[in-house]
Amino acid sequence: MNPGKILLVEDNPDDVALTMRALKSHNITNEVIVAQDGVQAIDYLFGTKDRPAPTDLPAVVLLDLKLPKINGMEVLQRIRAEERTHLLPVVILTSSDEERDVIDGYKLGANSYVRKPVDFVEFTKAAQQLGLYWLLMNRSAPSPRGS
Amino acid sequence: MALRDWPIKHKLTAILLLISGLVLLLTSAAFVTYQVVTFRQTTRNNLSTRAQILAANSTAALAFANEADAREILSALKADPHLVAAALYDKDGHLFATYPAGLAAAALPPAPQADGYRFQPGRLIGFEPVAQGANDRLGTLYLESDTEAVYDSLRLSGIIAVLVMGVALLAAYFLAAALQGRISEPILALAGTAAAVSERQDYSVRAAKLGADELGVLTDAFNQMLGRIEEQERTLRSYATELEQRVAERTQELEKRAAELQAANSELDAFAYSVSHDLRAPLRSIDGFSQVLLEDYAARLDDAGRDSLHRVRAASQRMATLIDDLLKLARVTRAEMRTEPVNLSRMAQEIVLDIQRATPDRQVDIAITPGLETWGDSRLLRVALDNLLRNSWKYTGKQTQPRIEFTAVDENGGRVFAIKDNGAGFDMQYADKLFGVFQRLHSAAEFEGTGVGLATVRRIINRHGGRIWAEGTVGQGATFFFTL
Repeated sequence: MNPGKILLVEDNPDDVALTMRALKSHNITNEVIVAQDGVQAIDYLFGTKDRPAPTDLPAVVLLDLKLPKINGMEVLQRIRAEERTHLLPVVILTSSDEERDVIDGYKLGANSYVRKPVDFVEFTKAAQQLGLYWLLMNRSAPSPRGS
Repeated sequence: MALRDWPIKHKLTAILLLISGLVLLLTSAAFVTYQVVTFRQTTRNNLSTRAQILAANSTAALAFANEADAREILSALKADPHLVAAALYDKDGHLFATYPAGLAAAALPPAPQADGYRFQPGRLIGFEPVAQGANDRLGTLYLESDTEAVYDSLRLSGIIAVLVMGVALLAAYFLAAALQGRISEPILALAGTAAAVSERQDYSVRAAKLGADELGVLTDAFNQMLGRIEEQERTLRSYATELEQRVAERTQELEKRAAELQAANSELDAFAYSVSHDLRAPLRSIDGFSQVLLEDYAARLDDAGRDSLHRVRAASQRMATLIDDLLKLARVTRAEMRTEPVNLSRMAQEIVLDIQRATPDRQVDIAITPGLETWGDSRLLRVALDNLLRNSWKYTGKQTQPRIEFTAVDENGGRVFAIKDNGAGFDMQYADKLFGVFQRLHSAAEFEGTGVGLATVRRIINRHGGRIWAEGTVGQGATFFFTL
């Protein structure tokens, strides 16, 4: 299994628990880093004065849209704006079904848009499919060197 | 140009001239005629007198048959230039003496005719008896005078008459031209005022009243009319201003309402947006952790426990569907409508194909009338047709020979579309509840559903300005009619 990390940007602790469980139930044991709001996500990816940015970026970012402080779209914008994370795979994982969100998400450069189902069984299936695809099948751009 | 169309000035002048001319003509003619008649009379009398005098003087010459004397008496006639010829006849009617002396006999009548004086063409002749006493006729005196004098006087009279007429007519003309103004000027003034008012549309002008005759009456009436027009104009203008004001007020009001509506819509927008996020998250938790319980504590749960958890999950999933359907309904109300031609038959066929693909194990007999077209928003109409067809598909689920029809009928000048199925149908008693939000006429055990589909369809049909209604029989089927 790809040792890549998953960055899960999600403010709802229930959803975090359920997501982790879903991933585990399908033997996706990659390290999951949880950011509970947009600021934490940005801090993790780009580093702060207390903690430097990681040398290797996550294999995929699972991004919720409705976040406190900075919302998901802004995080996506920041990610795409930085050279370092410009090509980082981002999957928008949200409750929203609004056309506007889908369009804006793709416009800002998301790689995929998935609506979180309420049915947990369906949710687990989705998590499995996402994990398999983005961690195994998909070939991401290599991490930029010297950063 | 017809007399009718002449300017009044000219008409009046012409009439006056005509009358004057006619009068003068008649007067002159009468006068000239009178002149001529009296002159002829006078001439005849003169000739007669002269003849009588000469006859009296000639008696001696005739009695004594003295030709020389007779000739000499006659020669006295040369004093009168108009006397052309004269002759004396003896009592036997033979020519005795002539004047002028050498006049040919052929120029004179051969024998005396009846006594008396008469006019012949160009001549006045007369036969005067020469008699001594009453009974002794000695002979006849013949005088012939030309009528030059008459003609001369006639000519003179004529010329004078013509001259006088000419002068009089000229005078008449000038007088007429001068005086016709009395009549025509007021008329022209009135006409001028009328034309000016009409041209400039200035109704404050008034015509001057120049007299108390019929023209004065006309002027008064005219001025009155102008006054009334002016008043009406003023009233109209005030109405127009008032109307403008009201329209402006209403427009303002409408604009305010529109702004309010816009604000309400935006609020709804934001609301729907939050709903889609915030209400579903807890549902996910409920469902998720119930499943966790089922999975992790399966051993410690008995059937009742598991059943409870299943119900919890089912309920939360159902709520999610309800929320989604409500969101769809809200979106339908908000959406901007675009009107374009829509082929409903083709749309229905595509939808049916979709449904068939999702449930490949069901076979349903579909009959769609081709060429059903209309004007409307294709996205919204697709949602409506999708709902109706899926309903029909769902409710024929228990039929052995399920059949769905999509047709149209033209009646009362409009088109009524109909989607008919031979499925479970419904009780007509509750027909008015069909389209209510969350209203269902079947239990969830019989057929699943949220009761929002038809409400959505109705809202879409309403937005297209149409109506929707349904007829059904329990166990035999239902037909949904709609107009657009």
